[in-house]
Amino acid sequence: MMKRRIHFGIWILAGGLILSLALAYATFLPDPAAPPTDTEVGLDGMLLRPYRGMTVGDVNKDLFDADAYLTHFETGSVSLLPDGRTLREFVVVAVNKEIEIAPGVMFPAWTYNGQVPGPTLRATDGDLIRIYFKNRGDRPHSMHFHGFHPASMDGAVLKQLVPPGGDFVYEFNADPAGVHLYHCHATPLTQHIHNGLYGFWIVDPKEARAPAKEMVMMLNGFDTNFDEENEVYAVNTIAFHYARHPIKVRQHELLRIYLANITEFDFLNSFHVHATFFDYYPTGTQPEPRDFTDTVIQGQGERGLVELKFPYPGRYMFHAHKTEFAERGWMGFFDVEAAEGPADEG
Amino acid sequence: MKDRNPLTTLALGLLPLVLLGLMIGLILRQGPAKLFTEDIPPVEDIHVLQHLLGEDVIHLDIVNSGADPTTVAQVMVRGAFWQHTVTPDRTLNPLQTARVTIHYPWVDGEPYQIVLYTRSGLTFEYEIEVALTTPLPDAKALLRFGMLGVYVGVIPVALGICWFPFLRRIGTGGLSFFLNLTVGLLVFLVVDTVEEGLKVAVELPEVYNGVGLFLLGLAGTYLILMGVNSWARARPSGIDAGVVIAWLTALGIGLHNLGEGLAIGSAYVLGELSLGAMLILGFTLHNSTEGIAIVAPILEKGAAVKRLIGLGLLAGSPTILGCWIGAFTYSQIWALLFLGIGAGALLQVIVVIAGRKKPSEILAPANLAGLLIGYLIMYGTGFLVGAA
Repeated sequence: MMKRRIHFGIWILAGGLILSLALAYATFLPDPAAPPTDTEVGLDGMLLRPYRGMTVGDVNKDLFDADAYLTHFETGSVSLLPDGRTLREFVVVAVNKEIEIAPGVMFPAWTYNGQVPGPTLRATDGDLIRIYFKNRGDRPHSMHFHGFHPASMDGAVLKQLVPPGGDFVYEFNADPAGVHLYHCHATPLTQHIHNGLYGFWIVDPKEARAPAKEMVMMLNGFDTNFDEENEVYAVNTIAFHYARHPIKVRQHELLRIYLANITEFDFLNSFHVHATFFDYYPTGTQPEPRDFTDTVIQGQGERGLVELKFPYPGRYMFHAHKTEFAERGWMGFFDVEAAEGPADEG
Repeated sequence: MKDRNPLTTLALGLLPLVLLGLMIGLILRQGPAKLFTEDIPPVEDIHVLQHLLGEDVIHLDIVNSGADPTTVAQVMVRGAFWQHTVTPDRTLNPLQTARVTIHYPWVDGEPYQIVLYTRSGLTFEYEIEVALTTPLPDAKALLRFGMLGVYVGVIPVALGICWFPFLRRIGTGGLSFFLNLTVGLLVFLVVDTVEEGLKVAVELPEVYNGVGLFLLGLAGTYLILMGVNSWARARPSGIDAGVVIAWLTALGIGLHNLGEGLAIGSAYVLGELSLGAMLILGFTLHNSTEGIAIVAPILEKGAAVKRLIGLGLLAGSPTILGCWIGAFTYSQIWALLFLGIGAGALLQVIVVIAGRKKPSEILAPANLAGLLIGYLIMYGTGFLVGAA
């Protein structure tokens, strides 16, 4: 009898052993603290861990080329009117399109001409503008331009919305000179703008501005999980795009940035550039700059001209001085090529 | 009587299965399933199973707990996009696991919120409540967590068993009381284990059907032990019923303590628990009553010291194993299964002890008092270990 009891105990012990082996096997995981494999050499030869507060990978340029967008201006098809004025005609089509806002992160956007921001439309003060707007989206849209125009061209109230499949011709004078916006004004407004229906509307003064390397920077953000907060911030839609592909400029070259903030959900956005200062012209309507600074704040819909030169060659960061936005994608670099001699890599 | 050809019966039995198979094939090919899948975004669901922290590195072990393949496109740490790797692949099929490795200069003792960002822009948040380096299973850590198990499991149970000579002297009336006390203690442990199990079950992604797993462990163990119990009792030479119950009780409590060890070990590593002297003292008091439960069934016959030691080790030492598993390789799935097994084992012991009495006996005032006191002892000492 005693012997059998021992057998029983052995049973349990053996079972327990097998069970614990199975358990240990099933749950055993590899070394959690494997050291990082790639390091960089920093100041004084210090090895740096590869911390990078940035996205991984790159976007598909075929969907949207943010480098091309940066410096591309649509000036329309130009013809002369009998009275000598210039007529500029543009075609803008509203379509639904999935865009890539960070590598691998897709966003079902509502777009003008299949891109977010929409095409940068540009004219000269006094031109007659005709925009052939075709709504090929699946709900009513409109184009609402900032500037002088009659009520029928405002594209804002219900009866001015263009139904799906519908066409409308917006006609007005390019006025006043400055850097402006156009956007959809259908309701719910936040959604129509946030989903991508906005773009630059630039009116050059009759007397041309000084020659410069010109670019557009639209400060935007994307709430991808519908919590009324932006997960992704960017300049020109793609998080960290110009950090991954720095903007190439030259030392002492005059740069003119058309800057606008269309970001939803946040009160303010900002623009800050390293190692130089800039002239800031709010809305670009006055000949004299309001400010000489390296940081400017814009509310939603606010825009302005930034004119700057880099005194030294090298790589310089520009970003929102709201660091949260910068860390969520609104950060980039200028690569300043030396006017002569090698660049300071500092 | 009609002809009952067995082949016809078999064919008739298989008919619905064949039809079901055909229908599934049809639906998958072109049937109404299209009606439901067209234009509907995939259901993405990512669940973080655990985190592991090393020097300047955060690892997350994740599983796709949704019904569709899901891609982890980006990762944010404290609201900032952060570079990382996902092995073996960013795209996870349903129930597939992967490891996200983020090189991040985390600070000891701070909480971290990590967001996994899918292809469609959905965010899955995971909170590291307190960042602490995950211990590696080296000799020092094994010893440390092993000692933890000894303190909160082995020693208390052994201390409880030391009441054996005293309890032997009390006599038959006392015996009945203590058996009821044992039932009270065990009822508390079952409730405690079920509560712990359900807590883990709801934390798991729905696809795991945590409650089902828990119940499987519970029912399976209950049945096996019932079988073992009758087998042992039905043997011609007949093992003493009290001895069988004592071993089964020790096993049940051992499995319960394994779950407790898991909870303590992982809570310590996850930084949810600071193991002060008070808490260890609490466990000692709380678990020493388990020793009484184990020896109560053999009070009548007595037992050799060797057997008492064996019983004590069976009940107490799983705590050590639990602490190790909890500290080094905590897995909610395994924890849940073991909690289920523990609950089943405890339930079985209760049924066996209670089954030996008539219902009227159990409800006799003295016995009922024993049952309640047993429960209250556990309840009272439970306050000392509220955190675990």
